[in-house]
Amino acid sequence: MIYIIAILTILFVVLTFKVISQTRKIINKNKAVEGDPSYLGAPDSANNANAVGLLVFWIVAVIATTWSYIHYSKYFLPEASSVHGRITDFWFWVSMAIITVAFFLVNSFLFVFSYVYRHSNKRKAAFYTHNNTLEVVWTTVPAVVMTGLVLSGLVVWTDITSEAPEDAEVIEITGRQFAWMVRYSGQDGEFGKSNYKLMDDGSGNPLGLDFTDPNSYDDFSNSSELHIPKGKPVLLKIKARDVLHSVFIPHMRVKMDAVPGMPTKFWFIADKSTAEMKAMLGDSEFDYEIACAEICGKSHFGMRMVLKVDEPEEYEKWKSEQKPVLTLSPDLLVNVPEKLKARALKFIEADAAVATPDSSTLVIAAETN
Amino acid sequence: MAAHSLAEEHGHAEHGHEEHHEQGFLSKYVFSLDHKTIAKQYLISGILWAVLGGLMSVVFRLQLAFPEMDMSFLKPFLGHWINESGKLDNNFYLALVTMHGTIMVFFVLTAGLSGTFSNLLIPLQIGARDMASGFMNMISYWLFFIAGVLMFISLFLPQGPAGGGWVIYPPLSALEEANPGSGTGMTLWLVAMAIFIASSLLGSINYVTTTLNLRTKGMSMSKLPLTVWSFLFTAVLGLLSFPVLFSAALLLIFDRSFGTSFYLSDIYIQGQALPNQGGSPVLFQHLFWFLGHPEVYIVILPAFGITSEIISTNSRKPIFGYKAMILSMLGIMVLAFVVWAHHMFVTGMNPFLGSIFMLLTLIIAVPSAVKGFNYITTLWRGNLIFTPAMLFAIGMVSFFVSGGLTGIILGNAALDIQLHDTYFVVAHFHLVMGSAAFFSMIAGVYHWFPKMYGRMMNNTLGYIHFWISFIGVYLVFIPMHYIGIAGFPRRYYQWSGFRVFDTFADLNIVITIAAVITVFAQFIFIYNFFYSMFKGKKASANPWKSNTLEWTTPVDLGHGNWPGEIPTVYRWPYDYSKPGAPDDFIPQNVPFSATPESNSPEENDLISMEKEIENIKYDRSIHD
Repeated sequence: MIYIIAILTILFVVLTFKVISQTRKIINKNKAVEGDPSYLGAPDSANNANAVGLLVFWIVAVIATTWSYIHYSKYFLPEASSVHGRITDFWFWVSMAIITVAFFLVNSFLFVFSYVYRHSNKRKAAFYTHNNTLEVVWTTVPAVVMTGLVLSGLVVWTDITSEAPEDAEVIEITGRQFAWMVRYSGQDGEFGKSNYKLMDDGSGNPLGLDFTDPNSYDDFSNSSELHIPKGKPVLLKIKARDVLHSVFIPHMRVKMDAVPGMPTKFWFIADKSTAEMKAMLGDSEFDYEIACAEICGKSHFGMRMVLKVDEPEEYEKWKSEQKPVLTLSPDLLVNVPEKLKARALKFIEADAAVATPDSSTLVIAAETN
Repeated sequence: MAAHSLAEEHGHAEHGHEEHHEQGFLSKYVFSLDHKTIAKQYLISGILWAVLGGLMSVVFRLQLAFPEMDMSFLKPFLGHWINESGKLDNNFYLALVTMHGTIMVFFVLTAGLSGTFSNLLIPLQIGARDMASGFMNMISYWLFFIAGVLMFISLFLPQGPAGGGWVIYPPLSALEEANPGSGTGMTLWLVAMAIFIASSLLGSINYVTTTLNLRTKGMSMSKLPLTVWSFLFTAVLGLLSFPVLFSAALLLIFDRSFGTSFYLSDIYIQGQALPNQGGSPVLFQHLFWFLGHPEVYIVILPAFGITSEIISTNSRKPIFGYKAMILSMLGIMVLAFVVWAHHMFVTGMNPFLGSIFMLLTLIIAVPSAVKGFNYITTLWRGNLIFTPAMLFAIGMVSFFVSGGLTGIILGNAALDIQLHDTYFVVAHFHLVMGSAAFFSMIAGVYHWFPKMYGRMMNNTLGYIHFWISFIGVYLVFIPMHYIGIAGFPRRYYQWSGFRVFDTFADLNIVITIAAVITVFAQFIFIYNFFYSMFKGKKASANPWKSNTLEWTTPVDLGHGNWPGEIPTVYRWPYDYSKPGAPDDFIPQNVPFSATPESNSPEENDLISMEKEIENIKYDRSIHD
């Protein structure tokens, strides 16, 4: 890259001399333009200067773009930490390479022609109206390139949006003004039903859990951190409470709108844990972050949630330590129907019992339900 | 040739106009029926709106580059939107972003661009006395004016104007409790836009009718300048897509005021569950983008037309691939209707639909590329004259190419996941449709100013204006791509809350400084515009030695455009530097029989047709 910049710099110096010599020519030729007095649009004394200016602009632009691109590329796409993220990054850079070539090539023609064919009284423009071969060529070439990009894009897109694997860890994430809330299915592995009409921030049920469904008794939620296991497919079920939001996890290359009344989803495999990223970046403060990418009101810019990618064992351990919504807000018991009271009470009284089960009992619990 | 039948009808009426020459001030300058005056009204309204929209961008750019800045000096203008500690209110920040988008897209680049140049150029370039319906044309402008007044009033509401982004996605825009701007501000936005759409439709009907029916003798469709073709396609696009926005707005009005649930479902807000169920916010997005995407072509097609004309004239060379240019515009117009959902890849829409729209979107890149190549080949072996108009036209081509290329990435659904709603998108569309269309609008003003006001604009000021704007625009939007690649989301009041977005503070400052300089450089243009209107050098009838019919009119053209008979057209508009011809241009109204030295054999065969064209008789039985 340094050689390219060096070559461009030399070119720039040469052209600067060219500008100076041209300007002198212009000054000498200044009074040469004459003829039909009604031809007010005749090329004026600045015509050559403008032509040279366009060329110089382009050369400076090439240098500046190249330099700034190299200088800032360290901040581009943050390290991809998901499996599909590295694939989309690859195709992003392939596409970038193609369009960068096109950008330099097409603009070079534009500005070089502007300079080379600047007005001269000695010359007459060519009467060149069309060339069908040329039209066919420059229709076909972009069409072929596009086809290639579309096909690659289709394959990647279809993979990313395919159904999540059966064994995926399912987590629900809900957007509200102006925060994210996550819900886990708890030890039974089943989400309880929820209904927006049951939402009540005051009584500790902001997600509208339906306590007539016993599956909801062990569901636990969190409004500051989302934990996911490393190396395992994670399916986010995405909901919104009030207006549109959009789950955006920059490092995971995940983005999906949260729509009131229409649950959406996105699945991915995170393959770098938070601890690994801290070590890799040498930044002990590092954390994955979740942002909102769809305008949702005045604190749209502040909808931040931390994402922790844990090693699978740590993740299971963390999960087992979480307390269900019902345990944290025992007052919600009033919503439980009489005949299910006994089942619900277990989550309130037998607080300690919740903390122990390992993954095998989880599966059994899910089956018996 | 029946299509020309109405033209002479107008010619007939022209004698009537000559008789009552003394018009009052109101009917001459305010409620004028003359297409030239209406064009100027659109242009000056557009310029005023552009100043407002540009200044708004200065305010939010300052916020983004200097989030800690003390903005107390803006208190005289923004009042309570600057709080005691000198900070910009974050609701007002969103309102500024929203109004900047609305103003620029609709009031400047739709009304200001199409309104000005379709009105000015269609009758002049096809050889007509005026628009098919001068009255409808007047109504069209005044509806636009009323829409503008309502939108302007909304800026002064105590809760502020609409603040949900220019795309006004519900439920945010539907619920006042979600955002203060969704109250009266949003109501005024919707009413203003409904009136704006009515104005736009009246204008479009007129453009289509005029182009199809009022062409002068000999002006077959294959001899139309590319400007007129582009205005025709634009009008058709507008006619078919604006009504869909109208329906979207109407349903939103129902949801807001009459308790319906078209877009609302399962909402719990401010401690209350709303009764609405069964609606879909995604429905609104489909309806919105069914206009919203054609809208960007409504903005860029006239820009293509204007650029074609200016580049050809100032290259002293025929536009390369006249037919390819028309076909590619036609292709863009048709495809424009079937790519809308590429704005919605990550809205939860069925991913299969995403695949379809990705395919269609990347197809539309092909005719766009063809246009770029044709412009550049027009320059090749030309004899280029860098008038301010030509410089801006070249700038337009460069922006269109540079900004269009990133569309290839955004149109790819898989890559759009990361880039959707980031500054990459903002940079992309500001270059490809914002700056490109803006540059061609300015190019058009420099080029046709002599026809509008009978005077020339100052070239030196034009060059300075161009160089600052051109460099400025690139300095704003190239770095903005970098910020976008890093994932910075749009419509953020500040980014410092996130570690992942806490980089690039220096680039944001560069962008803001460049943006402020670029915006203020536009005042050079405004000064030049108004100064030249009164004090500019007197223009000649055809200062650029151009071929199209508007340059055959006298310098002080009155109502009816041509004092005598409307010229007859014999040739296409791009006979520049024809071999054998004594001068480097041959206007469209010069018959082949007058130019035996430069005719091709096929053209010599056309000489026998000339009598036939001249003898066309018009049906005068239809009256206004």
